Amino acid sequence: MKSTYRALYIFAISLAAALAAVLLGAVVLEILGKDPLAVYKVILTEPLKDLFGLTEISVRMVPLILVALGIAISFRSGILNIGAEGQIQMGVIAAAAAAIYLPSLPKIVILPLVLVAGALAGAIWASIAGWLKAKLNVSELLSTVMLNYIAAQLYGFLLRGPMIDPAELQVGSGTPQSVRLPKAAWIDRIIPGMRLHYGFVIAIVLAILVYVFLWRTKWGYALRAAGAGPKAARYGGIKVETCLIAAMALAGAFAGLAGAIEVTGLHRRAIEGISSGYGFSGIVVALFGGLHPAGIVPSAFFFGLLLIGADMTQRIMSVPANMVLVLQGAVILSIIAAKMLIADQYLFERFARMLEKRGRKAAGGKTKAGAGKAGAAKADRRREQP
Amino acid sequence: MNNEPIHSLAVEGITKRFPGILACDSISLDVGEHEILAIVGENGAGKTTLMNILMGLYQPDEGKIFINGREVHFRTPVDAYATGIGMVHQHFMLVPNLTVAENVLLGMREFQKFLWQDMEGVRKRIREISERYNLPVQPDAYIWQLSVGEQQRVELVKTLCLGACFLILDEPTSALTPQETDDLIALLKRMSNDLSIIFISHKLAEVTALSDRIAILRQGKVVYRGTTSGQSVSNLASLMTGHEVVLPCNECTGGSGETILEIRNLKVRSDRGFFALDGLSLSLQKGEILGLAGVSGNGQRELADALAGLRKVESGSILFRKKELANKSPRSIIEAGIGYIPEDRNEEGIVPPFNVRDNLILKDFRSKHFCKGPFFRFDETRQNAEELQKRFDIRCASLNVAAGSLSGGNIQKVILARELARKPEVLIAVYPTRGLDMGAEEFIHERLLELRSQGTAILLISEELDELLNLSDRIAVIFKGKILATMPTRETSKKKLGLLMAGISGEGAA
Repeated sequence: MKSTYRALYIFAISLAAALAAVLLGAVVLEILGKDPLAVYKVILTEPLKDLFGLTEISVRMVPLILVALGIAISFRSGILNIGAEGQIQMGVIAAAAAAIYLPSLPKIVILPLVLVAGALAGAIWASIAGWLKAKLNVSELLSTVMLNYIAAQLYGFLLRGPMIDPAELQVGSGTPQSVRLPKAAWIDRIIPGMRLHYGFVIAIVLAILVYVFLWRTKWGYALRAAGAGPKAARYGGIKVETCLIAAMALAGAFAGLAGAIEVTGLHRRAIEGISSGYGFSGIVVALFGGLHPAGIVPSAFFFGLLLIGADMTQRIMSVPANMVLVLQGAVILSIIAAKMLIADQYLFERFARMLEKRGRKAAGGKTKAGAGKAGAAKADRRREQP
Repeated sequence: MNNEPIHSLAVEGITKRFPGILACDSISLDVGEHEILAIVGENGAGKTTLMNILMGLYQPDEGKIFINGREVHFRTPVDAYATGIGMVHQHFMLVPNLTVAENVLLGMREFQKFLWQDMEGVRKRIREISERYNLPVQPDAYIWQLSVGEQQRVELVKTLCLGACFLILDEPTSALTPQETDDLIALLKRMSNDLSIIFISHKLAEVTALSDRIAILRQGKVVYRGTTSGQSVSNLASLMTGHEVVLPCNECTGGSGETILEIRNLKVRSDRGFFALDGLSLSLQKGEILGLAGVSGNGQRELADALAGLRKVESGSILFRKKELANKSPRSIIEAGIGYIPEDRNEEGIVPPFNVRDNLILKDFRSKHFCKGPFFRFDETRQNAEELQKRFDIRCASLNVAAGSLSGGNIQKVILARELARKPEVLIAVYPTRGLDMGAEEFIHERLLELRSQGTAILLISEELDELLNLSDRIAVIFKGKILATMPTRETSKKKLGLLMAGISGEGAA
């Protein structure tokens, strides 16, 4: 009986949360003078109508999954990585540099080297924050955000200076971007004519590996223990400080790899704005997915859908694509609220009681109905009071 | 606030079911004016559920509550407070970084008017209450500055400020030192001139000292109701547990004489920077239980931390089998064969969100037995957990439930199981039975004695003199970071230990 109520309760709360998110977005759309229903229809169905939409969603999923996996590792280990944005950029630089400056080698050698370079750069960048936290107890929120600024400036400097495409200088247009990477460093596309590349496969495989790592190995156990109960972990002989640095390095490696895959699989040269906010969206994807790979993949799909849907609404309905950010915000707020409410035992008790009373009323009569009515009268009285 | 006084409170046939458990089974009780009713029972007997029903936190499946002969329905704690019932929970409900007055204000609507708070009014009310009941509190002190005993007083003042004339105290002594407990009992006795009190406990000595009448719960049923006077503690204990309780006693004498752990001149700093251990020396023999008596805060925590490698040793040495352990890593100390039952069982002894199975391998998760390469052998960890669950009678719905959701006694059994399964050569047990019921206490004492007979040296840090006198071969007294005296248990007494614990080592003591 109780478990049925529980399921009903979760369903009701989730439904209410979804409705709240939709309504919030509808208000904004109404102000913009657009028909909310039509916009929602475009966002949620248009990208799924053809292969192009689906592959584009998958393209967005790759960096979202990778960043979110790293975030999941770091959050579960008790260190909050807000610096994925900077780590992505470091990954892009290192991967592009490796691809451009390494001697020409066969693809099978050069591509792994390039990806590893990206991951390594992200890992090193993130470890700075991990080390500061472990040794000097510097808040990782502060250090990772600051490192983001540094990375952004460094990235801009390199693309405008040392790494700029010489052609840009000759022509004089000066677009801040690197030369095109040599073909040996490209990740191949899966379907001809579509941008979807094999990075998608890498992301899915890594999602499985992260699950195995966190829940099936002793290393994952140590990291999770350090995050879930640092005091107990230390007592159990786990070096919590080392875990913090390791978790941060892993998170950075995933973000760096996301950058490396973006540059080798999609853009094929380092360009400005390549991280396009994935470092932050990745946090949302990870939290939305319950910090678990099995939740992160569908959650990345959902946010990919929103991104592509936003592009399409811009084109089809001329709603600014930034609208989707409003919608994202509304969705996140409702989810967080729903999670809090679902965890609220007290509210659940009241909900169950309410259902019980309804049930008794429907059954009609018997001794218990009297008690139910008395309770209802009492409840009514309470409602009258402020 | 101006409600009529509660002359009598009665519950009739209260029944509450949870999935798979009958928490309260048609319980009937009554309390008169100015009366202290003690409700005793082991953990899980239904005491707290019953009180939560009285406070309107739960709704009973069946049964009625009467106040002054009239039936009442409490939908929320607000209803219960409105009629004058107030509860002090086992875990204090105070905000540490607010002052006493601010904490009291939290529950009082009448002093909050939109954005304006009538702090002066609250202070005045606090002063009135504390004078009337002789409960000294400083309205402007921050909660974090107060000792546990003082915080308890704040809880009482807070409840009384809300207009309670009927107090429910849920295990109020479980976090108090023996001295603070005595003070509280004296205080409650005085307060019963004005109030009615329900006092929940499983410490029978307190119950007999304080209460007028007693109700014993076992597995959700009232098994005894009557006056307290004339009941012996042992009689009550057997009613409570359902069987004769004989707390096991250490009847053999002495260890083997072979020293296994030698602590010399240990100096360790506390969190606040002073020397909490100031040249402490102690030695532990194979196969003995050495009791360390002392009022908490005299360096016990720092000693245990230092022995486990969790706190830096400034100087001095810890020799285990003549090998230096001071400032070694926790892991190497664990691997050397030293077990540790920590004081903070909820946060340090277990990883609360981890399930029971994973917590049982906290110290051995890297071992070849549980891992093949980096991968866990799940069959082995499950088997390990099932075995230990059986051997140590760990009661949980499943081995996959979060250890943090278990009761205190079961959490302690998880820790004990893990530590004892490792067959330690030295075991440090810090307040191993604090806050536990008699059944769990009996169980833990038996296991410790069993371990001792297998040759393990046990350092038992405790404040409970009965526990120390029952279990120890020798007793050392710690005071301000030093050992005042060490003596065989036979040659000591409660009185002697009490004096030493207070720091008096004159002619009265050895």
